[in-house]
Amino acid sequence: MMTLEIKNGVFGYPNKPILSDINFELSTGEIVCVLGKNGAGKTTLFKSMLGVLKPLSGSILLNGKAIENWNRPQFARLVGYIPQARSLPFPFTVMDVVLFGRTAHMSAFGSPGKRDYIIAEECLDMLNITYLKNRTFTHLSGGEQQMVIVARALAQQPSFLIMDEPTSSLDFGNQIKIICQVNALKNNSLGIIMATHSPDHAFMCDAKVAIIHEGKIWKTGHSKDVVSEKILKEIYGVEVKIHSLRNKPECNRLVCVPTV
Amino acid sequence: MIHNIRRNHTKETLILISLMFLLLVTALISCTIGRYQLSTGDILHFVFTGQAVDQNMSTLLLNIRFPRIFGAILVGGALSISGAAYQGIFRNPMVSPDILGVSSGAGFGASLAITLSLSMIGIQIMAFAFGLMAVFLVLLVSRIIGKNRDKILMLVLSGMVTGAIFNALISLMKYIADTDSKLPDITFWLMGSLSGITTEEIKVVLPMVIIGIVPLLLLSWKLNVLSFGDEEAKALGVNTRVLRLTIICCASLITASVVCVAGLIGWVGLIIPHFARFLVGPNHKFLLPTSFLSGSIFMLLVDGVARSATSLEIPLGILISLIGAPLFLVFLSKSTKKSW
Repeated sequence: MMTLEIKNGVFGYPNKPILSDINFELSTGEIVCVLGKNGAGKTTLFKSMLGVLKPLSGSILLNGKAIENWNRPQFARLVGYIPQARSLPFPFTVMDVVLFGRTAHMSAFGSPGKRDYIIAEECLDMLNITYLKNRTFTHLSGGEQQMVIVARALAQQPSFLIMDEPTSSLDFGNQIKIICQVNALKNNSLGIIMATHSPDHAFMCDAKVAIIHEGKIWKTGHSKDVVSEKILKEIYGVEVKIHSLRNKPECNRLVCVPTV
Repeated sequence: MIHNIRRNHTKETLILISLMFLLLVTALISCTIGRYQLSTGDILHFVFTGQAVDQNMSTLLLNIRFPRIFGAILVGGALSISGAAYQGIFRNPMVSPDILGVSSGAGFGASLAITLSLSMIGIQIMAFAFGLMAVFLVLLVSRIIGKNRDKILMLVLSGMVTGAIFNALISLMKYIADTDSKLPDITFWLMGSLSGITTEEIKVVLPMVIIGIVPLLLLSWKLNVLSFGDEEAKALGVNTRVLRLTIICCASLITASVVCVAGLIGWVGLIIPHFARFLVGPNHKFLLPTSFLSGSIFMLLVDGVARSATSLEIPLGILISLIGAPLFLVFLSKSTKKSW
């Protein structure tokens, strides 16, 4: 089992710390949903975990070794990233974009070989988007692009996935498909940390949650225990009822029902 | 499960081979152009057997036409490939090789050398040195002011500022230069020309261009990955800082080496990568060599026109701007349909 661990992390920008006192551990084979309102610092947390933003203090350890001591390709072979928004200035094909995910497995001056193509095809296949293979990435809809980016992260064959609102630009169906995929990946023993705006996603994934509120990780624990009506009201400032669907065999879980 | 692996880049390879062939043909035809008429047969005969029709012909070919043809290939190719590389790292198809101030730096170096009455070699060394110096200045400035800010934006802004300063210094040189002897030289140099290129110059420039191009070709896949921006490229396993620095150094070396012998030639580095992207798509593995070959052919064609259209040779820089600017609009209208 591998771990991605934060110890006493203070994250943000010089003179402007956004998160402090962050202690947190993610293991392979589990999902952690990060909840928090807009601007709470979820993206800051993820950028720090990726080593893109230097921690102001504290340490982030991947398998016990500080992430700044991993070189980029080594780190990318273990940790994949699915960003929130993206822009691609040049019209690469979907296949090329998925192959970008293989970069960490190539030599310094390498380009994709036969094995990389096979893995890229498998990843497209796994997400049922093989039909997009020869399309131009920039011409796809937001949802299709998101699926391709997930395929790219899978092509990296990481042990951990950091997903920054993977469902944000997706329609209802694609959101559910992504959530199902996240569950399937967990069962393939990936460790997934995912920012989401919908507490329901945490219930659907039967996941742990980490609630970011006022610059700290306010609550952690299993979604069933932590996500309550009182807490949702506290974070989002709206009235929410949480109901159980225990007597419904096809979806035995909790749901959030905002009172409108 | 049977995989239908589609990695045959047949189309791109065919385009590259056709361009190489086209380049050879264009070069051959270019050798025939000029006041001293030669047939393609004469030239082929000379190339393969070393026998010329007369002494004049071998002198003309060896000392004037071959260096010039080779110079055009080198200058056009070099500016285009470095333009394509710059557009890649800046993730912006509107970028040209002088975005980081190479050209204005080189222009100032040359003007200063001319004002100081240095020899031809002195002018070229100064142009080369100041061209590279401008880029290092840009890198330094963007590093100092760009803490924790968008690195690409900082580079572009530092490039603009450095370019503006060197352009002001060029104007200063023109202002203080002797109006009868020095000023025309400076003006002429700044216009860009291939007319004076010698075999010796090519022998110096060629290795530098090769030193710059080889790493670019080796790093072309990583250059692709950079298209998604720094953060994603890092998350995909690319050391973006080292990659960007390497590519900037290589592309600047290439640009400075050709600018110092040919003067300031604009537009080529901006429009040819567009044309190449139109032919082979955005994958730098094919885009870079395609840009080089297309740029060489384009330069040969324009130089052919410059040499033969009028009895007085038209300065290359002027002609390229006249042809390049409208051509750019044509590519732009074509490529927006395919989103670059």
